[in-house]
Amino acid sequence: MMWARKIGLITATLALAGAALAQKPPAPSGPKAEVIHWWTSGGESAAVKTLSDAYRAAGGQWQDMAVALGEQARSVTINRMVGGNPPTAAQFNTSRQFFDVVEQGLLNNMDEVAARDGWDKFLPEAVLSVIKVKGHYYAAPVSIHMPTWIWYSKAAFAKAGIAAEPKSMDELFAALDKLKGAGLVPLAHGGQAWQDNIVFAAVLANVGGRDLYLKVLRDRDAKAIQGEAFKNVLLTFKRLQGYVDKASPGRNWNDATAMLITGKAGVQFMGDWAKGEFTLAGQQPGRDFGCIAGFGPSSLYIIQGDVFVFPKTSHPDSLKAQKLLASVITAPATQVAFSNKKGSIPIRTDVDASKLDLCAQQGLAIMKDKNRQIGNGEVYMTPDQNGALADILTAYWNRNIPVEKIQKQIAEALK
Amino acid sequence: MNPPRSASGASPPGGQRQWPGKAGSTAFAGWRRILRGLVPWGALLPMALTVLVAYLGATLWSLRVSMSSARTFPSDDFVGLAQYERLFDNERWQLSLQNLALYGVLFIVATVVIGFLLAVFIDQKVKGEGALRTVFLYPYAMSFVATGLVWQWVLNPGSGLQQAVRQMGWPDFTFDWIIDQDKVIYTVVIASVWQASGLVMALMLAGLRGIDDELWKAARIDGIPTWRVYLSIVLPMMGPTLATVFVLLFTGVVKVFDAVVAMTQGGPGTASDVPAKFIMDHLFGRANLALASAGAIVLLLTVLALVAPILYARSRGRSA
Repeated sequence: MMWARKIGLITATLALAGAALAQKPPAPSGPKAEVIHWWTSGGESAAVKTLSDAYRAAGGQWQDMAVALGEQARSVTINRMVGGNPPTAAQFNTSRQFFDVVEQGLLNNMDEVAARDGWDKFLPEAVLSVIKVKGHYYAAPVSIHMPTWIWYSKAAFAKAGIAAEPKSMDELFAALDKLKGAGLVPLAHGGQAWQDNIVFAAVLANVGGRDLYLKVLRDRDAKAIQGEAFKNVLLTFKRLQGYVDKASPGRNWNDATAMLITGKAGVQFMGDWAKGEFTLAGQQPGRDFGCIAGFGPSSLYIIQGDVFVFPKTSHPDSLKAQKLLASVITAPATQVAFSNKKGSIPIRTDVDASKLDLCAQQGLAIMKDKNRQIGNGEVYMTPDQNGALADILTAYWNRNIPVEKIQKQIAEALK
Repeated sequence: MNPPRSASGASPPGGQRQWPGKAGSTAFAGWRRILRGLVPWGALLPMALTVLVAYLGATLWSLRVSMSSARTFPSDDFVGLAQYERLFDNERWQLSLQNLALYGVLFIVATVVIGFLLAVFIDQKVKGEGALRTVFLYPYAMSFVATGLVWQWVLNPGSGLQQAVRQMGWPDFTFDWIIDQDKVIYTVVIASVWQASGLVMALMLAGLRGIDDELWKAARIDGIPTWRVYLSIVLPMMGPTLATVFVLLFTGVVKVFDAVVAMTQGGPGTASDVPAKFIMDHLFGRANLALASAGAIVLLLTVLALVAPILYARSRGRSA
């Protein structure tokens, strides 16, 4: 006890000294929001700070509750909801992860904010389809990530004598062959289930196209899954596996990106968060590396992202805090500031794009066409179905299994 | 050697302690006897409650959940054995069970053999025994999350052992088990054996030191070779130590998780998956409480099926 008191005293003294040196913070007032999220890395923390700054500027108090790893953070949120002590807001992915929570009636809806701010007007369909359940808005979107960018190293391309950026899947394979011929690693890939899945989604979007994509992932149509077109997608996916190096299994995504940065490898399929790695290494889009969102004028922009949900609490102030938060984080200025730090693109297209980088601008331009927006697997399937699909795909990527057997397994798992 | 002690340990010879001045009061002595009978129960009660409520209660609850269609939250409905059917249709689950069996056998055998040999080696009154003991026991004192990562680097063909040996002048040297579908589980065994051998050594060494010196003298007089004494006399005498070692290693096998997650994340693909990882994935990441519970129950039944005959044999052995 004595020690605790002593330490408390010392801390208090230090705090006082600190406060005297720094500018005295304004006395806490306004609605208090405790926010659980899993943005813990350097760039992510900087991004969260833009949110908390905006919320404070709007008169609220932000209480940060960062929990490392999405899975961990979500289970903390759910446990606290079940235990009757939920946070004011909690991060989930733009997905069906929180549908069970909605069903149990544990969330406040944000209908008022959505109607006032006109969410229907500026949010992409794929995002709306997730946050709007039975006509009510249960989550506020924060970011849109695109998981299937195709990155390439300009240095590696120059070394392999590839003059132009590939414009189609065939040209991509031609480029991969040239890279192989030049003794480079054609495809930098981290052999982890989720990364195998990203390659698959990219192939499904670029080879299969919008209709097949939706038929397989949204409708889970057994006929389409067993069909020739999807078989072709799977075979193309497997063909890409022939271009990875032997040490690929288990590699982290950022180590794979580093292979592009050093010019040892040519191409990587990865989400827009990879941009952060290039930027950290002092490389610039267009000069040192290239980013391809997809092939052709109707290529798809796959939407994956983060949202905040707002649990029901007994605290009277918290609904006020939740509404303020929902409004602040979706505002255009907050969105641009957040996206720049996070590497994502804003959830709305009516923002000042000039402040975004080259790749994000390219992405935002595609996003303006509603027919090119599409959700990732998480938007259409339950976490369980997604996981089952990922298990099958990673087994196919790593083993020699007849493609027909894989088609059958996928049809079975998504039934 | 210490003189043999009675089971009651600290109590002085002569049994009942006499309290001066109170010896005549029989009523008081009766109360005291009852109180004395209650004290051990009182001491055991917290643990007994923990076992009943936390372990048994949670087990029964898991059993109930495994027969429902629970997803993120527990649910009240009843779907019979549907989750178990789904579980055993799942190739990843089957593979993880096979992996566990292979891992379990290899890990236990290798750890016991190596641990015993290390203990015998140290028992030869080698110089620097303390330092060696620390070295061998150290892996066990460290978190596998950290050492597993180091193992991953060592075994990685691009940056680890293989590359090092190649640079030393053997360009054809290949050791890439960790990226090999069929051999990756052996790398997990190697790392786990490295970690647990020290513990087995410590336990075995304690057992060896408990062997009476007279026995060694007698064996020497009879001219029995040392290895033979270890194998035919010492080892059978170390039954209780061996039992402890087996129980510890066995529980380690069933719950193996950190080694796989730190080294391979279950990969390449699903090649090094284990039941605990399957269960954890479904419990949290995939929000499928029911399927995860079914997996946990199957795991528990497997353990019971293996342990029950041993316990039965032991109880029979005692009563005979």
